[in-house]
Amino acid sequence: MNKTVNQKAWFFVIPVFLLVAFNAIVPLMTVVNYAFQETFGNNVFMWEGTRWFKQILQSDRFHSALGRQFLFTGIILVIQIPLGIGIALSMPKEGIWVSVCLVLMSMPLLIPWNVVGAMWNIFALPEIGFLGHTLNDLGFDYNFTQQIGDAWFTTILMDVWHWTSLVVLLSYAGLMSIQPAYYQAAEIDGASRWAIFRYIELPKMKKVLTIAILLRFMDSFMIYTEPFVLTGGGPGNATTFLSIDLVKMALGQFDLGPAAAMSLIYFFIVLLICWVFYNLMMKNEEKS
Amino acid sequence: MKKLKWLVPTFYIIFLMLPIYWLLNMSFKTTTEIINTYSLWPQNFTLENYKTIFTDSTWYNGYLNSIYYVVLNAIISVAAALPAAYAFSRYKFLGDKHLFFWLLTNRMAPPAIFALPFFQFYSSINLFDTHIAVALSHCLFNIPLAVWILEGFMSSVPKELDETAYVDGYSFSRFFFKIFIPTITAGIGITIFFCFMFSWVELLLAKTLTAVAAKPIAATMTRTASTSGYELGLLAAAGSLTIVPGAIVIYFVRNYIAKGFALGRV
Repeated sequence: MNKTVNQKAWFFVIPVFLLVAFNAIVPLMTVVNYAFQETFGNNVFMWEGTRWFKQILQSDRFHSALGRQFLFTGIILVIQIPLGIGIALSMPKEGIWVSVCLVLMSMPLLIPWNVVGAMWNIFALPEIGFLGHTLNDLGFDYNFTQQIGDAWFTTILMDVWHWTSLVVLLSYAGLMSIQPAYYQAAEIDGASRWAIFRYIELPKMKKVLTIAILLRFMDSFMIYTEPFVLTGGGPGNATTFLSIDLVKMALGQFDLGPAAAMSLIYFFIVLLICWVFYNLMMKNEEKS
Repeated sequence: MKKLKWLVPTFYIIFLMLPIYWLLNMSFKTTTEIINTYSLWPQNFTLENYKTIFTDSTWYNGYLNSIYYVVLNAIISVAAALPAAYAFSRYKFLGDKHLFFWLLTNRMAPPAIFALPFFQFYSSINLFDTHIAVALSHCLFNIPLAVWILEGFMSSVPKELDETAYVDGYSFSRFFFKIFIPTITAGIGITIFFCFMFSWVELLLAKTLTAVAAKPIAATMTRTASTSGYELGLLAAAGSLTIVPGAIVIYFVRNYIAKGFALGRV
């Protein structure tokens, strides 16, 4: 759409700007304050420069939490995006079953995150949970509170359960926007199923898939509540992702300086990756 | 192969329903039964857990608090986002692209970063433990999202609509409320759905910003879990009840869900 230049449009944006600035800038400045200073309470601050940043960037604890975070987010994206597309492709296109599928599939998205964690906890407990009990009956030695591999398996399965529907719904919306004429033309040309997917469906889903990847990246990268309730970050530190580690440091140990420095580094990583995604998305939009 | 296609969504939905069924199953059992026996359905069916929740004020107040701040947040977010989204969809202005990205960065910011500063900030302005504090803090991620979704929907409305209205002598405010808003009701519905969703499921900030008076149901659950031992039956019942508001909202927007998830950009 060709937009007209109008500086007065700023007046429309002011309420949003103020509300978000109120929430973002003031608290973020507090974080910046802590990140560069040492405090003993009572508003007494001592300048520390970049000491906390160096400490965080050199600490094994941060490296391993960051490593776990990237591994988790990577696995999540690799599983959820193709799975979501696959399910969207096999969903009915019209009739009563469309509503049934959509309503049932959206259910996990609207359950409070701690309930998701608690629900999976009792679902996966080896003695009394359906998943844990069944796996043990089948001869697997499964116990997600003791074994690292099982803890990861359960956390990933939980996230797949929780969020794949988002990818499904987005892809489905993309598929529904394809005119039937495209399919008819493909049929006349005798295109294979793969060719239809590759040259008709995938390009049409490109926009929504970028949104899906962006949302899934952001949300899995800041995951906190579900694994915290499910495994408490354990066994040991096996499922302590960045947010869990950060809250532990800030609210648990009250190491405000390092925690603030870690917050800024964490935020910077998310920003950087999202900025790249966002620019790709905007380029796509301008092209079409 | 075409005939077996329905199997994929069917299996997926069964997978989605299993943990929910297990939660419901637990909620109709007593805690002793949960711990001592493993059964696919309740052996001694009981409504005791639900009765506790509906009669104990710490429990049902949790639900009321949550619903209160969620509604408040949805109203604030949508009211503020409507004019802003209009500006982004119709006009070019100084710094528009940067502002839009800055808004989105707040949706990207991990809430864990904000937990401690929010606690200090809202305490210092005497809003700690109020519903409005939680509603305002959730604006951090809901307003950017609302602007993003509404902008998508508004951009799909042709600009000729605005121009015709002005030619017909409509003032801006009359056009905006009488013509423009009714044409994007679906978009507004979807936006409310998303604001509801992300505010309802968020716990970290809501828990940090409340103590007693505005404590959300999710926090009531975690605190009960740690103080009075492990009341599994009660927790399962409380968890099951948190699914209800979401299910009601989904039912109302079911026809818009697919389009809405595409944020109007398909």
